[in-house]
Amino acid sequence: MGGKFGAPDKMIIGGKRLDGRKPDELRPITIKAGVIPSADGSAEITQGETKIVVAVYGPREVFPKHMSMADRACVECRYDMASFSTPERSRPGMSRRSTEISKIMAEALMPAIYLEKYPKTKIDIYVEVTNANAGTRCAAITAASVALADAGIEMRDMVVAVASGKVDGKLVLDMFEIEDNFGSADLPLAYMLRKGEITLLQMDGELTKEEIQELVEMNIEACKKIYAMQKKALQDKYSVEKKAMPDAGEENGN
Amino acid sequence: MGIDSIKSYMSELLKKGQREDGRKIFDYRKIEVEVNPLARACGSARVRIGETEVLVGVKMDVTKPYPDSPDDGTLMVNAELIPLANPDFEPGPPSPQSVELARVVDRGIRESGAIDTAKLCITPKEKVWTVFIDIYPMNDDGNLLDAAALGAIVALKHAYIPKYDEKEEKVLYKELTKEKLPLTCLPVMTTFGKLDGNVFLDASRREEKSYDGRLSIATLENGAISAMQKGEAGTFTEKEVFELLGTAIEKGKELRGLIKKV
Repeated sequence: MGGKFGAPDKMIIGGKRLDGRKPDELRPITIKAGVIPSADGSAEITQGETKIVVAVYGPREVFPKHMSMADRACVECRYDMASFSTPERSRPGMSRRSTEISKIMAEALMPAIYLEKYPKTKIDIYVEVTNANAGTRCAAITAASVALADAGIEMRDMVVAVASGKVDGKLVLDMFEIEDNFGSADLPLAYMLRKGEITLLQMDGELTKEEIQELVEMNIEACKKIYAMQKKALQDKYSVEKKAMPDAGEENGN
Repeated sequence: MGIDSIKSYMSELLKKGQREDGRKIFDYRKIEVEVNPLARACGSARVRIGETEVLVGVKMDVTKPYPDSPDDGTLMVNAELIPLANPDFEPGPPSPQSVELARVVDRGIRESGAIDTAKLCITPKEKVWTVFIDIYPMNDDGNLLDAAALGAIVALKHAYIPKYDEKEEKVLYKELTKEKLPLTCLPVMTTFGKLDGNVFLDASRREEKSYDGRLSIATLENGAISAMQKGEAGTFTEKEVFELLGTAIEKGKELRGLIKKV
């Protein structure tokens, strides 16, 4: 966090945030499944101004071969930000931030996948952030779950993710860029609703134990809403395709 | 023993509240902290947690500040998982594991505001001190995260700012001033593992090879939390997270006691 240079005087005015939302209100979200024909599964998400495309390739043969595991699939994620996705052009390719997010994203999605059903294979998850306006890792996880389901990969549950944090001393959901830059804490969380399991949890800033509890609960409530949108994205795709592919849409929605 | 049989053996022990090295579930191994073992660094620390050993060195240099914080010094944290410390570490570009380690330690320190960066300004907009923290594990027997974070804060606490020759624009590394690096608080990291639903503190390398996931929590002396990170493919429930926050705050006091003693 680089100081408070350029921070607005107030980020919450009369109970409303600078973009007009209430503290616990999500930005508008749209999710679309099946946007990349070359991929085995794909999805696109917009969350406010954040825009991300995710493609899943696999289960497929593993290269290099020594990465292959005899009893299950390996999962690799590549989170990448397009050079034009940020206010100033960002250097193309993987930054240290992207490397870390790629690692924790794969770890957040793996608990949902029946890896043991796909031994000796690899599942590649490619994430491209085309427009970044905060909350990208969480939006990417939400979209990646849809893409995995779209690829027909057997899953225990969808993983849903959202961030919340502290802005002007208030706890708020799903920050946009200004709140993210000038807020005092950020807590991204990914969740599997059916068993109540947290698959990604990060926090930076300064919070009390009680504030963390409140944010975690706020995130989980929001995850329930986003989960319904994930399901709808899959239903929308497969209700159109049903005639051409009679058995495609059944197992993935839940 | 194969990994699966080690895993079920450890899981059985944990269910009974035991560990293979005789510890209870929320015990650290023996922690030793050595201050400034390395004369060439501005500050340094050697931390041992059981057989895990980490060297942390602090170096400082004069750099241009970031445009959005023209009066603040800056922080860089880097971890080198050198192959001498663990048979699984390979030479080459930074692995995701080393990037994660460095970034989690970085956030614990940065987000707590532990370094008083305003005091590291030499000339606004032009010259500030950058603090480089470099983490080198010498032996990895698990829980590098807590060892590295502890080493980093100890090295910072005992670091002296080098002399700066303004005319020559040169840092005189051989002449450290008597001025200490300005610190405001002591963030420490506590990392928990989870195996088959059993949560425990300070995993050894054998435990790390078996566990499903980990949760790291950085705490401050005022009881606040400055960073969290879940790692590996395991999951945690809300209840577990809330309970571990309390345990982390308690364990943080123990670690901070050690820091104050040295």
